[in-house]
Amino acid sequence: MQFLRTLRQTTISARIGMAMVLITLLAAILAPVIAPYEEAEVVADVWLPPGDGHLLGTDQLGRDLFTRMVYGARNTIAIALLITCLAFLVGVVGGLLAATMRGWVDMLLSRIVDVVMAFPALILSLMVLSIMGASIPVLIIVISLLDATKVYRLARALAMDIEVMEFVEAARLSGEGTWWIITKEILPNALPALIAEFGLRFCFIFLFISALSFLGLGIQPPAADWGSMVRDNAGAISFDMMTPLWPAGAIAFLTIGINLVVDWFLHRSAQIRAR
Amino acid sequence: MDSLKKMVVKRLAAGAVTVLVVSILIFVGVEALPGDPATAILGQQATPENLAALRKELKLDMPPHVRYFSWVSDVARGDLGRSLTNQRPVAEMIGWRFSNTLFLALAAATVAVPLAILLGMLAALYRESWLDKLLSISSLSAISFPEFFVGYILIAIFAVKLGILPGVASIHSGMGFGQKLLAIVLPTITLMLVVLAHMMRMTRAAIIGILTSPYIEMAKLKGVGRRRIIYHHAIPNALAPIINVVIMDLAWLVVGVVVVEVVFVYPGLGQLLVDAVSKRDLPVVQASGLIFACTYILLNLTADVLSILTNPKLRTAN
Repeated sequence: MQFLRTLRQTTISARIGMAMVLITLLAAILAPVIAPYEEAEVVADVWLPPGDGHLLGTDQLGRDLFTRMVYGARNTIAIALLITCLAFLVGVVGGLLAATMRGWVDMLLSRIVDVVMAFPALILSLMVLSIMGASIPVLIIVISLLDATKVYRLARALAMDIEVMEFVEAARLSGEGTWWIITKEILPNALPALIAEFGLRFCFIFLFISALSFLGLGIQPPAADWGSMVRDNAGAISFDMMTPLWPAGAIAFLTIGINLVVDWFLHRSAQIRAR
Repeated sequence: MDSLKKMVVKRLAAGAVTVLVVSILIFVGVEALPGDPATAILGQQATPENLAALRKELKLDMPPHVRYFSWVSDVARGDLGRSLTNQRPVAEMIGWRFSNTLFLALAAATVAVPLAILLGMLAALYRESWLDKLLSISSLSAISFPEFFVGYILIAIFAVKLGILPGVASIHSGMGFGQKLLAIVLPTITLMLVVLAHMMRMTRAAIIGILTSPYIEMAKLKGVGRRRIIYHHAIPNALAPIINVVIMDLAWLVVGVVVVEVVFVYPGLGQLLVDAVSKRDLPVVQASGLIFACTYILLNLTADVLSILTNPKLRTAN
C-alpha cells in the first residue's frame, strides 16, 4: 500500500524514467525467452536491413541484432551492477570507518583516495588493463576500486555530518559500541543520499564499461555487449545504416531513465527533510 | 595575506607530491610486468648476446631505484624511450599527436565555455521558465549519452545523409588552418556537447546558490533594482565557482577526448594510447599515460589555486 501511494505521487518524468529502466531490466532478465536466436548464432547475411524475420537486421557477422541487443543488456547490466555493489561495499565501509574512528585510519584512507582521484580514471584503467591484460576479473576489480574512492568521499562526508548530531552523542554516552552506532544511527540517516548516489554511480560505471568496450578493452567477444557492438558495427554507418546506433541508443536510453528517477528521488527526499 | 600564501604553497606542494607518486606508480606498474622485458622486446628467438646487450641498454642490470631516477631524468630531457612495435622514438610519435589532441580540446573549449556560461546564467535568471526546463532536460540527456552515440549520429546525418562534412577527421601537416578546422567540426561538436551540459548545470547551480543567499535578499529588501543586483552582486560572486568548474571541465575534456578520437579516427594522443594498450606497447602507454595524467593534475591544481585566491571565505579563514 505504501508503495502504491508513493507511486501515485511521482512526477511524469519519473514515471517515464521508471518505465525506461523497467523495459531494459525486463529485456535483460528475460533475454533467453525474448531472443529469437542464440547469443552468438550466425543466422543470415551480414548487415541486413531491419525486417524479414530480423527486427533490427543483422550485425557484422550475420548474427541477429535484436538477439545481441537483449543479451547485451544482460551482460552489461550484470557486470555494471556487480561493480557498483562492490564499489559501495568498499566505499561505504571505508567511509563510515574513517568518520567514526578518525585518527590514523581516516588519514591513511583519505590520502590513498586523494592519490587515486588525482589520476584520470579512464587513463588509469587503460594503463592497468595494458599491464594486466583485458579480462573480466581485472575489469571488475579496477573499476570497482576506482569508483569506491568516490563513494568513500560521499559516505565519509555524510557520516561526519551525522556523527556530530545529539542522538549519536546520546547513543555514545549510553555506552553503545562503534558497530552499533554505525549500523543503527549513522547508516539509516545517510541512506537516502547513498541510494541516489547508487543510481548515479551505476550510470557512470555503465557508461564507463561501455566506453572501455567500445575501445576494445572491456567485455570481450563472443559475449554480446552494447559498447563493443557499437565498435564492431561502426563501419555500417558509411553504408547509411543505423546498426551501431541501436546499441549506442540503448545505453543512452537506460542512463536517461535512471537519471530521471534519481532526479525525482533527490527532489522528494529534499522535500521530506524540509517538512 | 600570509595564511593565503601558505594555503597556495601547501596546495602546490601537494600537487608536486601527486605528480611524484603518479610517476612512481606508472614506473612500478610497468616494472611489475611478469617476465623479462628484453625477451618481450626481442622475442623468443633472440640470441643470448643480443639479450644481454639490450638488458644493458635498458639498464635492467641495475637496481630499481637507480632505474627510476634514470627514467625520470630521461623523461625530463624529452627522451621517452622507443616503441616496442616499430622501434621509433616515443617522443617523436607523441609530439605531433599531443598537439592534435590539444587542438581538438581547445576548439571544443572555445565554443563550449562562453556558451555554457551564457546558457547557465539564462537558466538561473529565468528559473522554472520554459527555457530553464528545456535546458535542464536537454543537458540531462546530453550527460547520459555516451560520446560515441552523439558522434555516430552526427556522422550519420552530416557525413552520410547530407554529405557536407567529413566523417573521418584526418589531419596532416600539409593542411592549412581552415582545412584543419573543417576536418574537426564533427568531433568538436561531439566533445563540446558533453562538457557544455555539465558546465551549464554547474553554472546554473552556482548562480542560483548566490541568488538565494541572505545578502541578495537584503539588497532586494532595500529596493535595489534587479539589473544592479545581477551585475553588481550576483555575477562577481559567482565568478569564482564558475572559473573552478570551467577549469575542472577542461581537465575532463583533455581526457574525454580519447573516445571521440577513436570515433572519428583522429590522429591524437588518445587514439595512440588505445592502440598501444591493445598491442601492449608499454613505453608508449607509459609515456602517453604520463602526459595525460600530468595535464589533468596540472589543470585541477590550477582550478584549486584559483579557487583559493578568489574565494573571499577562504581568504579570510584562519
